[in-house]
Amino acid sequence: MDMPYIVKPREDTGLFNAKLGIWLFLSSEVMLFGALFSSYVVLRVGSVGWPHGASILSVPIGMFNTVVLITSSVTMVYAWLSLRAKKFGQFKMHLAFTILLALTFLVVKSFEYGAKFEHHLFPKTSAYLAIYFTLTGLHAIHVIGGIIVNSYFLFPGSKMWQTDPERFINRIEIAGLYWHFVDLVWIFLFPVLYLL
Amino acid sequence: MSSDMQDLKKEGRAYLFVFAALIIFTILTVTISKLHVALAVAIIVALAIAIFKGSLVVSFFMHFIHEKKIILWLMFCVFLFFMGMILSLYFGEYSIPHGAKYVP
Repeated sequence: MDMPYIVKPREDTGLFNAKLGIWLFLSSEVMLFGALFSSYVVLRVGSVGWPHGASILSVPIGMFNTVVLITSSVTMVYAWLSLRAKKFGQFKMHLAFTILLALTFLVVKSFEYGAKFEHHLFPKTSAYLAIYFTLTGLHAIHVIGGIIVNSYFLFPGSKMWQTDPERFINRIEIAGLYWHFVDLVWIFLFPVLYLL
Repeated sequence: MSSDMQDLKKEGRAYLFVFAALIIFTILTVTISKLHVALAVAIIVALAIAIFKGSLVVSFFMHFIHEKKIILWLMFCVFLFFMGMILSLYFGEYSIPHGAKYVP
């Protein structure tokens, strides 16, 4: 027996199951990152001194990664748009670009981490570095999660386009909502950690 | 060309405008951070720009402006909880644990 409302919206909420599910999930994510942002505020206000982000981190590298993630959000939304226009080839290209940009972000981040470790800057070194590694590390885990989900939809999961295209479009919309949230978190992380 | 396709093209153009705005405001954030302004001003400006950029992502890429009322209410509650958590910590009385010290 098929589960109801996986494609068509429910009469009461006007949403299909996955749409409501992802927004509830994102709500919990806001609280997760919110708790860590609150920790940042407490640590910063409670510290005798706090280093300027730019004195420890490279602003051009952080800015480059910001542009990379914003671009990946655009390619993600274009992947969804391509499916709605029934252009499967374009969808694959846009999703592949999204994954490539996400991988670029992670490679740049790993070089950043490597440079910090080379200079003996670890999470235990200071409160600033502790919250920096915690926030960016958790964010990087979310990027990895997005890469796994998008790679599934690019390769084995894309078969659904042949059998149930409407449901597949919904799945890409949901994956997109998650991906834009990952971008949204970075939009706040960049100024907070690199510029202030 | 069907009206559906025209709508999709229009939507696609809107995403490009949002993309351009996000890039411009990213550059603006970095430029302003290089001006030597007071820390309080720098924090307010950087967060204001981040909130504006975030609202563009949520409104357009996450098509929040076209969402059903239940989602708007859900996120409104989340926003209240989020602000409550940050503000209660900020304005609340707290102290550095005894013996803790800043390590530069």
